[in-house]
Amino acid sequence: MIQNIQSAADLAPAYDLVVVGAGPAGLSAAIEASTHGLAVLLADENDSPGGQIYRSVERASDADLARMGPDYAAGRMLIERFRRADLSYARRATVWNVGPADEETCDGAHALEVGIALGGIARPIAAHRVILATGALERPFPFPGWTMPGVMAAGAAQILMKSSGLVPSGRTILAGTGPLLYLLASQLLRAGVSVTAVVDTTPVENWRSALPHLLGFATSPYALKGLKLLLEVHRRTRVIRGVTAIETVGSAQFSALRVHRGNKPLRIEGDLLLLHQGIAPNLNLALAAGCDYVWDERLAAFRPAVDVRGASSVPGVSIAGDAAGIVGAVASARQGELAGLSAALDLNRIDQGAYEQRRNELARKLARALRGRAFIEHRFRPGKRFRVPEDDGTIVCRCEEITAVKLREVAALGVPGPNQMKAFTRCGMGPCQGRLCGLTAAELLAQCRNVPPGEVGYYRLRPPIKPVTLGELAALPHTDAAIVAVAGFVERAADGAQDVTNGSHQ
Amino acid sequence: MFRRLSDRRESSVSFTFNGVPTMARHGDSVAAALLAAGHCSTRRTPVSGAARGPYCMMGVCFECLVKIDGRPNRQACLTTVVEGMRVETQDGAAMPGREE
Repeated sequence: MIQNIQSAADLAPAYDLVVVGAGPAGLSAAIEASTHGLAVLLADENDSPGGQIYRSVERASDADLARMGPDYAAGRMLIERFRRADLSYARRATVWNVGPADEETCDGAHALEVGIALGGIARPIAAHRVILATGALERPFPFPGWTMPGVMAAGAAQILMKSSGLVPSGRTILAGTGPLLYLLASQLLRAGVSVTAVVDTTPVENWRSALPHLLGFATSPYALKGLKLLLEVHRRTRVIRGVTAIETVGSAQFSALRVHRGNKPLRIEGDLLLLHQGIAPNLNLALAAGCDYVWDERLAAFRPAVDVRGASSVPGVSIAGDAAGIVGAVASARQGELAGLSAALDLNRIDQGAYEQRRNELARKLARALRGRAFIEHRFRPGKRFRVPEDDGTIVCRCEEITAVKLREVAALGVPGPNQMKAFTRCGMGPCQGRLCGLTAAELLAQCRNVPPGEVGYYRLRPPIKPVTLGELAALPHTDAAIVAVAGFVERAADGAQDVTNGSHQ
Repeated sequence: MFRRLSDRRESSVSFTFNGVPTMARHGDSVAAALLAAGHCSTRRTPVSGAARGPYCMMGVCFECLVKIDGRPNRQACLTTVVEGMRVETQDGAAMPGREE
């Protein structure tokens, strides 16, 4: 049976495996490893398991399941298996660091240390293996006005529908590209929302690079689903194509979108604008752990470098699912299982023969789940002009309100990478830690320097990758040496005081 | 701005937003409850004072920062509403320690 960790005090000091993230990859990795007898802790920041795709599916009603579709409902079985697995689950937990074990505090047996904050207390947890299943983020979508109230990410609307049964009450405009944009449009329409328009920013020239991959797509389960989705959305709302630029009208609150296509701009009135132009791997924890990463031109995003088993460049740390490259829910689950299986082999909980048999089975299923992805990636690759804002006044860094022109000025000074740009402008230094500007800043700088984004690289990320309060850090256990280094002495409790803490004092 | 689907049957929870009694449903995040109550602007930025509201709803963008029960810089989308919770907008930089 699953053990629900309620507070930091319930955490064991060490686990065989710590999995971060409770989406399809993380759940599958944890279940797989636990069936081979590993002591597994799964830590996740949300209230309930499922990640973004299966959010709140456990308490979904039949009406919810009908609205969200069968791909959402499929999450129920996975979560039921998870609830029955023999492992520990810490919800509402913040993982703020993964790294090599501290030489002073470690037990010598475990190679890795995971920093977890739970209920106001931070704890270092030792682990033999760590699997990062931190999923994906929606790509930044910078254009004039994307920061104003009334403009939200498409994923946000999906989350509101799944977790709270909330749908937009006014005229709703969807803008961007990708299968999720059309999926959301159909989900909103099914819920009776007034979808005024879908403003499709997919570059027309994408067909050229997508066409060679059409056969693989046509024979994949994506084809029929995708076609039905497109037809449904086209039948029930207005789809605007050939779009070259968009901007909001007004300044205080979203009221209308100006759409540029051909030579006459179009004005669409609305109460809510939902944006989506694909998703990108959530890198922060992997990079803070020191994992190598590469620029993936097809994804137009950075992703961690991993081998076929999901192993990163940091010994003992694997990455599975969308966190390692965008693969979708089903393939993410298979990658999670492969990573969990590999951990079992590494820790000698499974013999080579059984491992190979299971691995081959999972690899076959993974290959099947990945069929059709290449077409989707090429077909819906967001255009450069929507990734790097041409308009100089566009805010790139939402937290510090840094505009494209400011970054171009600094780029012209010859800064080599986004870290120097950050030091000059504060771009990426706000509370989101670059999650909403990192890709834009790197691509903008690469464009200015006329080099590939891989050459300028990404922000250097350091722990804590999520805000941790001083109170939480102060609650960390400290060695005598560390206390002496700061305070100069160690306070020893008197005998009487010890009695009081033990409760034996009369 | 957002409405509740009629087939949802969660029980009600009450909290205050800037002192005003506000209703939410059991299981709502603070950000969802504020959007449901018609507040799509929930803070002003420390740099220019521009109005901002929840954007990603998944703990990534930090646009939904609010003060909860006196503690500033809480992510409204990652915090579940509980009965009697005190939520306030955060205008500019909220410094921990300056709370009441």
